[in-house]
Amino acid sequence: MNHRSRAHLDPALVRGLTTARRGPLISRRRTLRAGGAAAAALALSACGVQGQRREPVAVEDYWADKERTGRLRWANWPLYMDPEHTQITQFTEATGTEVEYKEDVHEAPTFFGQIQPQLANGDDIGYDLMVLTNGFQLSKLMELSYLAPLDHTRLPAFAESAGESYRNASYDPGNEYTVPYASGITGIAYNPEFVDRQITSLQDLWDPAFAGKVGMFADVQEIANFGLLANGVTPADSTKEDWEAAADRLREQRDSGVVRSYYEQDYIQPLTNGDLWITMAWSGDIYQQNATAGTDLRFVIPDEGATLWTDNLMIPYTSKAPVDAIEMMNFLYEPEIAAGLTEYIAYISPVPRAKEILTDWAGSEDDGERAEALREMAESHLVFPTEEEYQKLHNYVTLETAEQEEFSALFQAVTQS
Amino acid sequence: MNNRKTTPYALVLPAWVWLALFFVVPIGGMLSLSLTTGNVVTGFQQTFEVGNYATAVSSYWEQILRSLFYGGCATLVCIAVGYPVAYWIAFRGGENKSTYLLLILLPFFVSFVLRTISWRFFLSDNGMLLGTLKDIGLLPEGLTVLNSAPAVILGLAYNFVPFMILPIYAVLERMDPHMVEAAHDLYSDRIRAFTKVILPVSLPGVFAGVLMTFIPTSADYVNASVLGGAYNTMVGNVIRTEYLVNNDYPIAASITFVLMGLLLIGIFSYARALGTEKVMEVHA
Amino acid sequence: MSVDVGTPKAGTSPGAGRGRTRRRADWGRYYTWAVLAWLFAPIIFMIVFSFNDPAGRHNITWQGFTLKWYQNAFAHAELNEAMFNSVTIALLTMVIAGVLGTLLGMALGRFGFRGKQLTNLVMFAAISAPEVVLGAALLSTFLMMNVTTGYWTTVIAHVMFCVSFVAITVRARVITLDPRLEEAARDLGAGPWTTFRLVTLPMLFPGIMAGGMLAFALSIDDYIITSFVSGDVTTFPLWIWGATRVGIPPQVNVMGTLLFSVGLILAVVNIVMARRRRRG
Repeated sequence: MNHRSRAHLDPALVRGLTTARRGPLISRRRTLRAGGAAAAALALSACGVQGQRREPVAVEDYWADKERTGRLRWANWPLYMDPEHTQITQFTEATGTEVEYKEDVHEAPTFFGQIQPQLANGDDIGYDLMVLTNGFQLSKLMELSYLAPLDHTRLPAFAESAGESYRNASYDPGNEYTVPYASGITGIAYNPEFVDRQITSLQDLWDPAFAGKVGMFADVQEIANFGLLANGVTPADSTKEDWEAAADRLREQRDSGVVRSYYEQDYIQPLTNGDLWITMAWSGDIYQQNATAGTDLRFVIPDEGATLWTDNLMIPYTSKAPVDAIEMMNFLYEPEIAAGLTEYIAYISPVPRAKEILTDWAGSEDDGERAEALREMAESHLVFPTEEEYQKLHNYVTLETAEQEEFSALFQAVTQS
Repeated sequence: MNNRKTTPYALVLPAWVWLALFFVVPIGGMLSLSLTTGNVVTGFQQTFEVGNYATAVSSYWEQILRSLFYGGCATLVCIAVGYPVAYWIAFRGGENKSTYLLLILLPFFVSFVLRTISWRFFLSDNGMLLGTLKDIGLLPEGLTVLNSAPAVILGLAYNFVPFMILPIYAVLERMDPHMVEAAHDLYSDRIRAFTKVILPVSLPGVFAGVLMTFIPTSADYVNASVLGGAYNTMVGNVIRTEYLVNNDYPIAASITFVLMGLLLIGIFSYARALGTEKVMEVHA
Repeated sequence: MSVDVGTPKAGTSPGAGRGRTRRRADWGRYYTWAVLAWLFAPIIFMIVFSFNDPAGRHNITWQGFTLKWYQNAFAHAELNEAMFNSVTIALLTMVIAGVLGTLLGMALGRFGFRGKQLTNLVMFAAISAPEVVLGAALLSTFLMMNVTTGYWTTVIAHVMFCVSFVAITVRARVITLDPRLEEAARDLGAGPWTTFRLVTLPMLFPGIMAGGMLAFALSIDDYIITSFVSGDVTTFPLWIWGATRVGIPPQVNVMGTLLFSVGLILAVVNIVMARRRRRG
């Protein structure tokens, strides 16, 4: 039997578990026959929800029997590739593999909640390749051994082109399970129409002059990082005491009436129309909004530092096409491809050479408007941060599931009131 | 005839089975889940941990009370908005009664989520509505409505007001017109005619309307997410976060149970005060 | 807000006689129209902005008139799929809940049987239970039963909360039926099945239709319960919710407008038919 049925429970209950797994309807009908709803509830209470960790698999064992299928299903965040899916077309031309691209990742936790039970059952989740941000859900996926270990002999382009900051990240040492897709900075954005001074510091988010016009993120990790940085603590080295102090600091900010609301991802519109004057923000969103809507929003990396997050490519262990998936991973590290991707998404590419390529394209482009846009992008610090700026960027706190609960509770007490 | 006796059972059986399997049993399932401990990685074991309820209540009593308060306010707004409308349609709608009713229901062909999101557009600080009113000096410059309690309450009332109008209308419409006539002859002033005759007759409709608005509004989370701000989290938001974001199922199930318990106590004391039959009759 | 705060009573002075009836009625009319304006404001916004030509991803400031979103209303494959899911789930719900609810409503309206009180109570509970509770309870059970949530769990959930509404609508109709008609049919020699098919069913039909439509409407609009039990299936409301985070494309306004038009047409047909019936 597999790992799951060895669970924690005594033998009489394990029987209940196995019936439940064979088919829910049968078991429900049986319990119902046994004597109505009360009995059913009791029978259920014998179940609990099973532990779902799998045994890790060695790289060679995982890849030993895997073959290319010619069909790849990929889940990504919305608007994370141009609507024509240029890179996918190029991939199909290069390899012959057909790609079914789905913008199904809207929120990491709900996405995790959706795939987790299927992965626990060893079922196909409908994707062979997916993109998730470093954070709690990624840690959980790794902890549960739900990701295929990457065979780096199949990733020569990654070895060749990935930037230093994108190898060996603290959340996935040695890129055992993931390679970056794109990165972004969580910093401060403000609308100069309403804010008539230079914003340089995290303390500006606490400034009573902006009462009711400050936006903060609802995501516990994002907001925790800002609380920690405001207290002068490096998130990755933080202790429990630091978290408590950071939560207090954030609570004080909220209670002073500065914060308008805690936003999921929909802060751009209020920032544009003046409901928000200054807010936590993601670099690429601001760049894109300025580029497409002609706004003049400003983005700054505060003096105290900001955070660098990374959206990562990964393969669920139940993938039906892991070989095609890892080929796609490798393909996205071809500098030309990476540059094309960056041109649309405006987030930081893990391939530093993309900058040169964008500049080259700008030089040889006849269409003046596009050339200008390309040049602007290649020079933008939001898309290609300088070495100095990288020094100010921090990683998230990496936590095991058990610690996550405490951490979440602490900061949700601030954002969910 | 034997056939005659079994007919009703044959008729109700499919619905019974469905409601038992997917309504009654799940409530039991949730009860059992609320008494487990663990996390997604280790699994959740049935430990009959009653402490989950203590944790749930002590962490979230504020959100629970706030939800009941917002639900109550929204219900009052619904009565204030809905009663006169129901009254007018029932007594003065004339030929066009059904047209008016359809007009009231028509906006609900558009998705609930989309309608709620639209309010952001109207309520934003410099938006079409507030911005204009501020420009002509009708509202103070610094006024904010979006991301505040009034915005959430208005959103809730907006989304559920038909559930107030319809039951009140149903009762008023059934009233004998002669009775209204007689009331007006009996009492010289209209207010007394209203309070002494019409209002008492219409109360069951109001009670049903209160049930149909108070329960869904106090357990809603969409309005608080879309229109609320830093202090407007409702218990629905908490339940959603615990289930879908934190995957902390035992706490999530405990809060849900507490909420359900509170609403049940409310419903039953309400039903007792008014007589169960009456409430269920109109409601049904 | 656009609500007129005056109540109909506000217009009456004490002692106003019957002569004032006309004036009072007008106040009520203004109030009703004000409330209707309030109810329709977001709809008008949605329709107007389906013709907007926005710069950037956020369709909230008026930039200029265009019909292009109607020309490529179906440009978002994901949105189409969500809409398709919503419609098929609503249709399935309408049929399943329609059948179950009709049977239940007929039993409740016509027969006395053991467990009738209990049935009423469970129906009452299922109608009045908050959506969050229903969604959470179903999700809890699916989790414990190791059921993967998706399309069918959504259908199950929708039928569950719609069935009582259908039953109540049908019951209301059954109660008003004249049993003598069926007796007459039987006296004329029709068997029970023939009686049902030729007499009872046609008479019940308006009630069944109303119940089915209600089920369809409740299902297609549901967000909260669906968000708990839909797994990897996206419905129209769920898609909109996801899209708020990145900016709702104008196609959503287009589809909303189309749905609204369907409602409008149904309403108009209904009114016209009712008028004609009254005259004829």
